[in-house]
Amino acid sequence: MKASGSVLLCGVGGQGILLASEITSYALLGAGFDVKKSEVHGMAQRGGSVVAHLRYGEKVYSPLIEAGTAGIEVAFEMLEALRYLTFLNRQSRVILNTQRILPAPVASGSEKYPDDVLDQLRERGLSVFPVDAFETARSLGENRAVNMVLVGALSVFLPVDEGIFLEVIGKRVPQKFRKVNREAFLQGKEIVKTIQEVEK
Amino acid sequence: MAMKKLNPVGTKDGILLSGNEAVALGAYEAGVKVASAYPGTPSTEILETLCTYEGIYSEWAPNEKVALEVALGACFAGVRALATMKHVGLNVAADPLFTSAYTGVRGGLVIVTADDPEMHSSQNEQDNRNYAFAAKVPMLEPSDPAEAKEFVKIAYTLSEEFDTPVLLRTTTRIAHVKGIVTTGAVIPAAVTPGIEKIPQKFVMLPAHARKRRQELEKRMGILREFAETFPENRIEWGDRKKGFITSGVSYLYVKEAFPGASVLKLGMAYPFPERLITSFASEVEELFIVEELDPFIELHVKAMGVKCRGKEVIPSTGELNSRIVRNAVSGDGQELPFEPVQIPMRPPNLCPGCPHRGIFYAISKLGVFVAGDIGCYTLAALKPLSSMDSCVCMGASIGTAFGMEKALGKDALGKIVAVIGDSTFMHSGITGLIDVVYNRGFTTVVVLDNRTTGMTGHQPNPSTGVTISGDYTTAVDIEALCRGIGVKNVRTVNPHDIPATLKVLKEEVNRQRENALGARRVSSSAAPRSNGSR
Repeated sequence: MKASGSVLLCGVGGQGILLASEITSYALLGAGFDVKKSEVHGMAQRGGSVVAHLRYGEKVYSPLIEAGTAGIEVAFEMLEALRYLTFLNRQSRVILNTQRILPAPVASGSEKYPDDVLDQLRERGLSVFPVDAFETARSLGENRAVNMVLVGALSVFLPVDEGIFLEVIGKRVPQKFRKVNREAFLQGKEIVKTIQEVEK
Repeated sequence: MAMKKLNPVGTKDGILLSGNEAVALGAYEAGVKVASAYPGTPSTEILETLCTYEGIYSEWAPNEKVALEVALGACFAGVRALATMKHVGLNVAADPLFTSAYTGVRGGLVIVTADDPEMHSSQNEQDNRNYAFAAKVPMLEPSDPAEAKEFVKIAYTLSEEFDTPVLLRTTTRIAHVKGIVTTGAVIPAAVTPGIEKIPQKFVMLPAHARKRRQELEKRMGILREFAETFPENRIEWGDRKKGFITSGVSYLYVKEAFPGASVLKLGMAYPFPERLITSFASEVEELFIVEELDPFIELHVKAMGVKCRGKEVIPSTGELNSRIVRNAVSGDGQELPFEPVQIPMRPPNLCPGCPHRGIFYAISKLGVFVAGDIGCYTLAALKPLSSMDSCVCMGASIGTAFGMEKALGKDALGKIVAVIGDSTFMHSGITGLIDVVYNRGFTTVVVLDNRTTGMTGHQPNPSTGVTISGDYTTAVDIEALCRGIGVKNVRTVNPHDIPATLKVLKEEVNRQRENALGARRVSSSAAPRSNGSR
């Protein structure tokens, strides 16, 4: 029986979450899995909270990840990691982009942004992999490559060869952004590998 | 290659498509020639995909009624035609829908309704399976993108074979789910295009309609019989302690929650295969009906005298998922490992540079009741703008403002403003404005013209001068249109100039004449597409 799993990708509209989930889906498809991915358009496009469910396995029925069962959460934004906590369990891994994007109620001063997101996740026993994806992308000269840094980080935990990911990125990303997106992917992967080395 | 925009990556086993992209592919493979729609989540991407195929005329219509009429006309001319819309759009198109059931078709006619349980991006969560029953039109209900594509093709075959429009219902978790779809052969249409005059079929005056009414009943009888052996109404036998009758995405949740159970999957949501249902029910110990929203299947099964459990355990509101289904049916719920945490909400915002901010800021200074409408600008109801006081359906702003004015008489002067976006005004605002003029109102109507249909993803509309394909066309001149209707004071302001906007607004809301005020500013983030940009 083939491996199966689920990845919940969440963040803020405009961060490239849908493309990230698309590339991951294609990579899994390329590795021979059945894949279903669910997303919601419309209101989410306007800087609102965005979430995509991705499930893979030999045969996938439901397009939605069941609460309490997500294998991996990829949070493109710190606060959003907490918003979808009910999808996780103690064995879940969290890839956490340490970027903060202030929601309107915080920006207008009526609410406070929690300053202990990482602690809140860790005190629940979750394996957290913090990645400064924005800084990584910026250092590569392409702020929009945040999503590919996180796909790279995610790839460490998926049963898909690196070559398949790189091929998919090559096909899905316009020519002039290919090199930087592949580089972003590799750096994201490296960051998680380094964390794993340190924790050993 | 006809598929210009489809995802280039795939394996021999298929390509990853959303339900909407799959419907478009199905329409292409069914040889559809004319497709019309008004954008609406979660249906929009069907036409956005279809317009990239060669050999198909695709268009954004001003509203869903027109879209269905265009598709109906195309099918009268003997080609396969498609109209797509969100669930509430079918309310607008209900008039042609009900009578198209009488006329029947020449070329195949398929109407896609994309429902939105959970109201991810809608003002209600009506269950459009009820339309199939009410209009006496067969409805197919796929469960995932792969089925969506196949069902579109089946729908065209049924439409022509049974001389009927066919409804295809998706929901958000089909429309916006991506799954593996395989491409197939293009099937030929059974009808030759051309003009045929068949008044007893196409002219629904009472004498003809009464005869077609009889035809319609006869047709439904034949379709009921067809449903008994329709391969997409299928039984998957398993453990017979629990049996499930289900359709659409709910089928997937049942398979996930009870992988070993017996399931009767209804690919045709209406009409029902009564003998198949009866025989399935008699073979299982306990029968559950699992469906989102209304007890559509359940009521029918119960009316047949078959004992079953449905809405007494399955929620009637919102989406289902495998966890809800498992807990509801088994009657116990496992606690989740983690409780939700209280964190700040992240509501969607207006786009950077959006001209609506300025106009709503100005309106908020007037202290008036703002009769609002459907679009991005409905976000003005939220903090910090907090300047919308009603929002019901497409185009309702003008009629509701005018109704309030008639209820309050002179006391309403200076106290009510209607706001409506450019695309919504084209959709169904114009007739409301005609009522104001005709019946001597003094309503102030603010047309928020940002030259795009923003909420659904920046589609062009009749006032933008651009078609769905990105070609230039005649732009409806909103100011000239208002003057043509008979509006005496039409003024145009730049809402980024807030003091000037506020001055004009103050003058107009207190003026005891019919008004229409256009707030026009091309938004930098929402500029209409130009030719060749896509």
